[in-house]
Amino acid sequence: MNFYAIKAIYLFELARTWRTLMQSIASPVLSTSLYFIVFGSAIGSRMVAIDGISYGAFIVPGLIMLTVLTESTSNASFGIYMPKFSGTIYEILSAPVSAVEIILGYVGAAASKAILLGLIILLTAQFFVDFSIIHPLWMLTFLVLTAISFSLFGFIIGVLANSFEQLQIVPLMVITPLTFLGGSFYSISMLPPLWQQITLFNPVVYLISGFRWSFYGVADVNVGFSLAMILLFMTSCIGVICWIFHTGYKVKI
Amino acid sequence: MQSVIQVNNLSKTYPSGFQALQHVELDIRRGEIFALLGPNGAGKTTLISIICGIVNPGEGTVLVDGLDIVQQYRQARQRIGLVPQELSVSIFETVWDTVSFSRGLFGKPADPAYLQQLLRDLSLWDKKDSKIMTLSGGMKRRVLIAKALAHQPQILFLDEPTAGVDVELRRDMWQMIRRLRDSGVTIILTTHYIEEAEDMADRIGVIRAGQLVLVDDKTSLMQKLGKKQLLLQLVTPLAQIPPALASYQLQLSADNSQLIYTYDAQQEQATIATLLRQLNSLGIEFSDLNTRESSLEDIFIGLVGDAA
Repeated sequence: MNFYAIKAIYLFELARTWRTLMQSIASPVLSTSLYFIVFGSAIGSRMVAIDGISYGAFIVPGLIMLTVLTESTSNASFGIYMPKFSGTIYEILSAPVSAVEIILGYVGAAASKAILLGLIILLTAQFFVDFSIIHPLWMLTFLVLTAISFSLFGFIIGVLANSFEQLQIVPLMVITPLTFLGGSFYSISMLPPLWQQITLFNPVVYLISGFRWSFYGVADVNVGFSLAMILLFMTSCIGVICWIFHTGYKVKI
Repeated sequence: MQSVIQVNNLSKTYPSGFQALQHVELDIRRGEIFALLGPNGAGKTTLISIICGIVNPGEGTVLVDGLDIVQQYRQARQRIGLVPQELSVSIFETVWDTVSFSRGLFGKPADPAYLQQLLRDLSLWDKKDSKIMTLSGGMKRRVLIAKALAHQPQILFLDEPTAGVDVELRRDMWQMIRRLRDSGVTIILTTHYIEEAEDMADRIGVIRAGQLVLVDDKTSLMQKLGKKQLLLQLVTPLAQIPPALASYQLQLSADNSQLIYTYDAQQEQATIATLLRQLNSLGIEFSDLNTRESSLEDIFIGLVGDAA
């Protein structure tokens, strides 16, 4: 294992975050704060409690997930797309590194950053609403697993993308709608029966439900099922990445 | 074991169907400077890219220091540094960061003293904290060289290193390359500037349409293929070449004041004497005579032109 290489890629990627501090950290924190003000404080005060949880507190896990999903996907995809775009990928390809090390570096950095952001937003939320976390370890587990899974997913997008437009389109057109419709702002049980069934095809429902369970002990779907879904998604992403590196598809000719 | 790189029967066909390399056989000797010459699209970059691991080999094998580049890619690639043709370097980073990154990527622990010396040798030390986007093209080229050398490779590939580099920097770079060779590094380069290959290389390979048409010591190559020219400055310009001299295939210069005789450097010394005697008997007088050897460029154009 080439640990120096993993470290080099990891630090390079984190340095990129540091260079773009405003865009990387300040802007997600600002937009989440706006959500808390609008949905949590302004509208939330007029909403009835869901499962005994005030609306402002109810949306905290969903908002954190919204950021973690978007940020891990876009960071990981951007991280591997940039070298492809600028041509610096030659160095990675000619280096004595295996696919595993490349992934640990890029995905590790993107996931770390998403986790850090999730925690920052958690802290920010404390300023707007009162909430407690019943299962902090499970909360961290869900956070870490989700960040890793979607960083893997982002890595795949970055490898396959041929343009900046393609790079943006998945987070924008897929991740954001799935998160909004995945129960960030409502409980599945609030939907009409037909939509309750349809919504179960949305993988994000399981992530948010499981994550919210770790906060308040209530969930839309069984927690074990949530965990299984994250692990399934993560394994599928790893499978696709193995295939990409095995065949060299879009990476090497 | 003499050769540091062994290329055996290497072929590469791109998915588009373009056959970039055909059955290339090449041995690079340890410690030499090897120049790979060829027109654009001949397969120079493909060959380098395969050895460095950027392009998958088709058929055939490549051994670096006896290590297979596919099976034992880790050990093989640690020995190699590559300076690419394009100025591909992440522009938001500082010089120091990007060089440290390269060293780590190739599996070496940090060594600030070595990197400092490297940057000093490349006149980059005072730029170490500058972002790469603020550097000139020539400076960026040096940064790429520093990156390629950051992990102390035994073999250095330079793909068109002096393209777009001014004369002074080019001279600096060649000096640095000579120093590297003196320290035991094997250097493989491709270049447009044939006089550089002529000046620098120990051996030269010519690649054309994916085939290595020739590999030879530079000196013996120039002897073997070198043409010499005899230039005779005439006292009175000739309107045309006398028919009696037709067998020599002489040429007249544009102003008719010079006779040019092209001959093979290997033999035919005798023909010069007969030519001179014959000129004498025809009453053609000359005030000066001069011989000139063909350069590598002439040889190269001769080789590549033959195919066209």
